[in-house]
Amino acid sequence: MVDDVSIIGVGMHPWGKWGRNFVEYGVAAIGDAIADAGIDYRDVQFVAGANTMRNGYPGYIAGATFAQAMGWTGIPVTSAYGACASGVMAIEAARQRILAGLCDVALVVGADTTPKGFLAPTKGERQNDPDWLRFRLLGATNPTYFGLYARRRMDVYGATEEDFAAVKVKNARHGLANPYARYRKEYTVEEVMASPVVADPLRLLHICATSDGGAAMIIASNEWAAAHGHSDAVKIKGVSTVTPTFPNTVIEMPNFATDSAAGLPVPDRTFKQAIGDAAYAQAGIGPDEIDVAEVYDLSAALELDWYEDLGFCGPGEAEKLLRDGQTTFGGRTVVNPSGGLACFGEAVPAQAIAQVCELTWQLRGQAEGRQTEGARVGISANQGLFGHGSSVIVAK
Amino acid sequence: MPRNRVAAIEGWFTLDDEPRLIGTKCVDSGTYFFPPETTMSRAPGHSTSELVPVELSRTGKLWSYTNAGYKPPEPYIAVTDPYEPFLIAAVELEAEKIVVLGQCVAGVTSADVTVGDEMELVLDTLYSDEDAADGPTDHVVWKWKPIGWTGPANAASGASGTAEGGQ
Repeated sequence: MVDDVSIIGVGMHPWGKWGRNFVEYGVAAIGDAIADAGIDYRDVQFVAGANTMRNGYPGYIAGATFAQAMGWTGIPVTSAYGACASGVMAIEAARQRILAGLCDVALVVGADTTPKGFLAPTKGERQNDPDWLRFRLLGATNPTYFGLYARRRMDVYGATEEDFAAVKVKNARHGLANPYARYRKEYTVEEVMASPVVADPLRLLHICATSDGGAAMIIASNEWAAAHGHSDAVKIKGVSTVTPTFPNTVIEMPNFATDSAAGLPVPDRTFKQAIGDAAYAQAGIGPDEIDVAEVYDLSAALELDWYEDLGFCGPGEAEKLLRDGQTTFGGRTVVNPSGGLACFGEAVPAQAIAQVCELTWQLRGQAEGRQTEGARVGISANQGLFGHGSSVIVAK
Repeated sequence: MPRNRVAAIEGWFTLDDEPRLIGTKCVDSGTYFFPPETTMSRAPGHSTSELVPVELSRTGKLWSYTNAGYKPPEPYIAVTDPYEPFLIAAVELEAEKIVVLGQCVAGVTSADVTVGDEMELVLDTLYSDEDAADGPTDHVVWKWKPIGWTGPANAASGASGTAEGGQ
């Protein structure tokens, strides 16, 4: 087990398609997090920024970009990129700095401005880049991979398109009162099923959009937090940023093939299972203790995979857990009370931070209109391109 | 004028009538790599192993499938206007214990296939360059075809158009 750090402030800029500079969203989120913590920005001793790839050079050096935007104070910065896991890589950098005794208070921030439509690779003729080649040779978008997983789930476990639609319906309902959510509209299963097919069996309303947004956190050593009125702060108990173990036999974005299992034994646990396992092991907390979870529903079907990969139920039992209402308010483990990516759309570098912001509000009892009653322990989980994934466990 | 026929990517597949994907094999561990890994064996503990080129099995079992309901963004090159959705298959090669993606040949729809179906590798035009310096050129790529499939059973399913904010 690893020592805790305290989350003393969180803040977000509402998700949307605002079309403004990503720095604006980040600065707004930082302002809210600073106010929430009741500190002055000059108290911050380290900035960890999560990078965006679509906003030119300032996006590649997010730590410095936000340190400059807040007014240089001479503190060290770092900038992290790990696709969808970028935000947690930034959280981890800040946590390590605190646990190493190199600082007491750190800012974590991520923000993005996204173009309309499919996430596309960097332009140019780049035959050595698998992310470019998969579009050229296969026409494989991100939803292609989500579609493959969803179809496999239907084949192996008997999931139905209606089950996937029911995830969307649940998350849409969860997010109705969330002031940070981009989509606040209720859907019926029929409406989801009537939306056009994007990546069979997945339809438009099964798949998350891309969004603008920003999220920030102030984290501090427990000692500093206690000395500044935050002795009861939500604590970070575990952080996971693991990679797959060879041979990874589940096709991974943006690859053309899995690893071959002809030579070496297949690991006991899949990559997605390993993401949660590492966080559980570090926290000394098990799946049974989780009250609330924010998981990456890039597609509605992927949320069902997470129920199993995070140990909320056994393999093939996710549909039953959903149908029994165990993952909505009043159930055993409320999943995506924020509304999830279904209501947010993905703002890549901000999203994994936003998950932890939401868990913090849930554990404080401040998630108005979407509160998980009595929540004491929460987990986040995400997975993205090139073997990136993350999970954070927080507790009161 | 005869048309030229070139691989859309060099060294990933043979151009025979019965084409095969070209991979490499880590001699020490018996692990296969596709696309062909040439730098170093990625099998942990076998980094000093020799990597030899191998032709992979021509047939395999359908692991999963999906379709491209909307036109993918560049650098994908659409071959029809208006755009026609196509199927993408993940096929498991038994001997190599590897799952390889590929487009399905035009006309195959999700109604035509089931997970577990036997699939075979074929070559098909990915895109054509009518104005190439040495004459019209077809750039070919590997695709998967259900064994025994002879042609479209019904009209292509799914919507086409421009994605509205999807991932």
